[in-house]
Amino acid sequence: MLNSYILRRLLLIVPVLFGVTVIVFLVISLVPGDPAKAILGTFATPDAVAQVRHDLGLDESLPVQYGIWLVNLLQGDFGRSYILHKPVIVEIGARLFPTLLLAGVALVLSSVVGILLGIIAAVRQNSWPDKVITVAVLVGISTPSFWLGILLIFWFGVRLAWLPVGGMQEMFGGGGVLDVARHMVLPACALAAVAGAVLVRLTRGAMLEVMRQDYVRTARAKGLPERRVIFVHAFRNALVGIIPVIGLEAGFVLGGAVYIETVFQWPGIGRMLVSAISTRDILLVQGGVLVIAVAYVIINLLADIAQSLLDPRIRAA
Amino acid sequence: MSGMVLTTRDVVREFGGGRKWFGTPRPHVRAVDGVSLDVARGRTLGIVGESGCGKSTMARMMVGLLLPTSGTIEIDGASVADLARTDRRTLHRKVQMVFQDPLGSLNPRKTVQQILEAPLKALHGMGRAARRDRVAELMSLVSLRAEFAERYPHEFSGGQSQRIGIARALAANPEVIVLDEPVSALDVSVQAQVLMLLADLQARLGLTYVFISHDLAVVETISDEVAVMYFGKVVERGPRARIFADPQHEYTKLLLASIPGARRAGPPG
Amino acid sequence: MSGRPSAWRLLTQNGVVAFGLALLGVMVLIVLLAPVLPLLDPNVTDVAHRLKPPLYPGHWLGTDQVGRDILSRLIWGTRLSLVVGLTAALVAAAIGSAIGLSSAFYGGLADTLLMRGIDMLMAFPYLLLALAIVAALGPGLFNAMMAIIVVNIPFFARGVRGGTLSVVNADFMAAARLSGLSDWQIIATELFPNVLPGIVIGVSTTVGWMILETAGLSFLGLGAQPPQADLGGMLGEGRNLIQVAPHVATIPGIVILLLAVGINLVGDGLRDVLDPKLKSGGLARTHARTAAASSEARRAGLQPAGDAARQPLAVRGLHTQFTVGRNVYKAVGGVSFTVKPGEAVGLVGESGSGKTVTALSIAGLVATPPGKITRGEILHHGEDLVDVPMQRLQAVRGGTIAYVFQDPLTTLNPLIPVGEQVAETIRRHQNLPRAEAWRKAVALLESVRLPDAANRARSYPHEFSGGQRQRIGIAMALANNPEVIVADEPTTALDVTTQAQVLALLNDLRRERNAALVFISHDVGVIAELCDTVHVMYGGKVVESGPVAAVLQTPAHPYTQRLLACVPVLGNPERKIEPIPGLPPATNALPEGCAFAPRCHLAEARCSAAEIELAPVSADHFARCVRVAA
Repeated sequence: MLNSYILRRLLLIVPVLFGVTVIVFLVISLVPGDPAKAILGTFATPDAVAQVRHDLGLDESLPVQYGIWLVNLLQGDFGRSYILHKPVIVEIGARLFPTLLLAGVALVLSSVVGILLGIIAAVRQNSWPDKVITVAVLVGISTPSFWLGILLIFWFGVRLAWLPVGGMQEMFGGGGVLDVARHMVLPACALAAVAGAVLVRLTRGAMLEVMRQDYVRTARAKGLPERRVIFVHAFRNALVGIIPVIGLEAGFVLGGAVYIETVFQWPGIGRMLVSAISTRDILLVQGGVLVIAVAYVIINLLADIAQSLLDPRIRAA
Repeated sequence: MSGMVLTTRDVVREFGGGRKWFGTPRPHVRAVDGVSLDVARGRTLGIVGESGCGKSTMARMMVGLLLPTSGTIEIDGASVADLARTDRRTLHRKVQMVFQDPLGSLNPRKTVQQILEAPLKALHGMGRAARRDRVAELMSLVSLRAEFAERYPHEFSGGQSQRIGIARALAANPEVIVLDEPVSALDVSVQAQVLMLLADLQARLGLTYVFISHDLAVVETISDEVAVMYFGKVVERGPRARIFADPQHEYTKLLLASIPGARRAGPPG
Repeated sequence: MSGRPSAWRLLTQNGVVAFGLALLGVMVLIVLLAPVLPLLDPNVTDVAHRLKPPLYPGHWLGTDQVGRDILSRLIWGTRLSLVVGLTAALVAAAIGSAIGLSSAFYGGLADTLLMRGIDMLMAFPYLLLALAIVAALGPGLFNAMMAIIVVNIPFFARGVRGGTLSVVNADFMAAARLSGLSDWQIIATELFPNVLPGIVIGVSTTVGWMILETAGLSFLGLGAQPPQADLGGMLGEGRNLIQVAPHVATIPGIVILLLAVGINLVGDGLRDVLDPKLKSGGLARTHARTAAASSEARRAGLQPAGDAARQPLAVRGLHTQFTVGRNVYKAVGGVSFTVKPGEAVGLVGESGSGKTVTALSIAGLVATPPGKITRGEILHHGEDLVDVPMQRLQAVRGGTIAYVFQDPLTTLNPLIPVGEQVAETIRRHQNLPRAEAWRKAVALLESVRLPDAANRARSYPHEFSGGQRQRIGIAMALANNPEVIVADEPTTALDVTTQAQVLALLNDLRRERNAALVFISHDVGVIAELCDTVHVMYGGKVVESGPVAAVLQTPAHPYTQRLLACVPVLGNPERKIEPIPGLPPATNALPEGCAFAPRCHLAEARCSAAEIELAPVSADHFARCVRVAA
């Protein structure tokens, strides 16, 4: 039964990925005017434009264009960046890991801290720790992460000079793991703050809700110690609702990486996207968005599977 | 039979079916499986059965909220399914329904006045003044004070809400009212009030009832004819006295034997 | 009606929300007044006075890198951010709601296709989708706003669809159909008004996000284009100056923060007001045991326990009440009864009579807040369970006093195999190793006649029928051979045939093990079949008690008499049912004296004059009525 759920869920990913490619393709076809000119800029020679049009298959109908594009995609051909003069796949390959690393660390950090604080706030509702956490959450969800990043740079990088503020150019050059970690502390915190705040709020609400359920009363009626009531009976049930939100937070963190990478000059996809947009490097944007979307789909798949492992009702559905 | 106002013949209703996104076909569920019933004008047919026996599905088909998969339901000789498709207003001037959850059947954002006016306007095209008079009349018919008409449903108790639900059904001036577990959600003292009200209205207005319930004692009290449903089928039907005194089907016997206190002599009263 | 406080009053009553409203109000006011305020032109540069700090003469908040007045730019920028955020939220809400509403109402293929499309859009991290759209359309505030709208539509569509689905199947929708309303009338007058609060909540809780998101795009240089600047754009311009002139980036950040705080506070407040689930004080954490007044206060005026102190259970003068806002609900107002070893005691009454609260009070399981035991004591062999140490209470719970609850679906933990739920309570009280406890659990499940118990013990609650789940509940209660089983309407949710089986089982097993039973029910028939003694409750008090036969055959209290007279009795359909007029009293407004007096055909002036004591009808039969006392 377990396997059949996971199998079904895996199969379901095929149409979703297909839809993702369609949307990415359609969004890029929104580019007003001639995409080839847009890609090459106003001063392109007609020959070059024709070449690009052919490269992009623009002389074909839209569905055929999509088909060609998809087939190329499946072969790892994301097209060529006319600004960087190299294949998109190469550029993305170099930048994917830093982004996933940063987003992954931020996601884990925000989940662990968010859930812990959420439990504390719920279990000690209306105590001073709860009140402090509630205010912090309010500030957290109201703070733009890019501004938080700037403040962190100002205080910890400039004023206190505890940590490097950016300039992380080469992930694997020189400094080793410790250097990467030092560079990552501030951006990861800035990225995790908002996501964490959302999770604190969610966990607190979910715990309070679950603690009112009849089965928690049953657990108490059986004489179980309160710790077991909270963690075995209440928290597990709360987690069923929290896990999918962690999946959604992954999207938030992956998207937020665009800001944070820009602020901290982190060599990831996010920063690449921002500069690609300003240079109108459409294919690079397309590739970057696609790769991140796929990563997001996979994370959500994992979240769903984790949820099903926790909740037998989902496996049965 | 000429005295019959509502008849059903071999009514079947299936749910589900079709296929899932991948692979396995979904199972069909036959909620109602070949039910034939007759309801005589001015009388009460009690349908009794346990959860999942198809009695509520039957109720919804009788008023045209659901269509049968096969078989026919006729009211005054006209097909309920056809009317439901082509002329809902005519249908609902003939047959109405009272629901189990008294509060859930009232729109929380409308006043009682608005709730009761809707059928008057939509089904009978009554003017403003006529509607106001009729609402007052309906309120007194179900023993609610006229000024309650300006209130919202959440300001009423379960029993009062159910009276409003009954008044809404009466507003259509129907011949038949299908009552789906109308007193199950009510406390016993209030349940008795509603049962008495229903009996009184039937006597005064000559209504025909289809009374659906899981509670045998209640069905026995209010019905003339009784049908016992089990897994989508009517396993036994007949006059009330016969069914309760001399049940033929094993399931009916089991049902009767399961009533707590059945062995207890009734209190003096 | 006058009694209902308006949404506005509810909103402003909450101090925190009022603060948010004030904060937001001031900001909106300033922004609205921007054209008439004596502000410098936000776009006039003055390089001679660039990067001046706050409080610089003529520039309260200083100047930016080209000498523009920050205060002026801030106010105009806030205005822009607010307009864009609000517009985006409203447009996204309108489009998303229309999609969600029609998708849910019409269902079928259209629903499937729309929702699959929404799924696809939601497969993107939404900021990235917005970036892709801006990349295609080109940078600019309008394009940024379009992008934000597009990526937020799915959230509204999905949320509104969910809200609509919960309304579409409501009985009142069917009732509207039966009232002859057309589809359009139903959508406009039944569906939409009930979905609207959800949409308002959606908008109010996402406006803040949308403002942050548009600010973000501007920050990246993809939104507002120079010289025009919204808050995000100002932040972006100040970013590189953080070392030399921190105020240029700090000030707009603070304004975004304040704006978002204000919007979020108001949004949360609106949600609390509009969402009925969160009304009445919101969610409060339930405590491990029911709160209680001090033991002196509780025991004031209690007679010495005497013989009751030796019984497995003696409830003495119990008062349990709930405080919700300014209302005090006196759910239990002075209940006393004793349970002897092996005795079956019934508590019977209608909803609101206090029978369930009495049952839950025994082991301190009444939810706190809002519940509190204000007077009386619960003796378990002379030990007052209301104030024994927590550890002792936990040893009693499930050990010597066990519970069976009403709804077998919600009372079992959905995530834990049923065998483990039984074994857990065995391990807790008998200190057995896991394997041993599991074997005992399986044996218990066999004893409640759960088919194929050894294998089914590994199944989860949702894989059982209602009757089977209640058998599991009974197995759990019997696990440690309790002296007293408290069963709170254990068969109310079950069908009659299942009920008969479960009741027979419960009765057999508790007799086998000589456990006493406290059985709570609204059903006189069930009590008659199962119990030795019965206590009839009304308005939080026991109005009559005695041996079942005596109370049900020769009821002495008018309420008991009339209660019995209004229950239809099987096999006796000709017996006239006599309803009791009126409604049971609300426990926050109990009448003086006898609570039944307002509905009683025998009521006299003295019924409502003072508290009435239980008076003996015979040696072991008591009633709380002036006519008996006389």
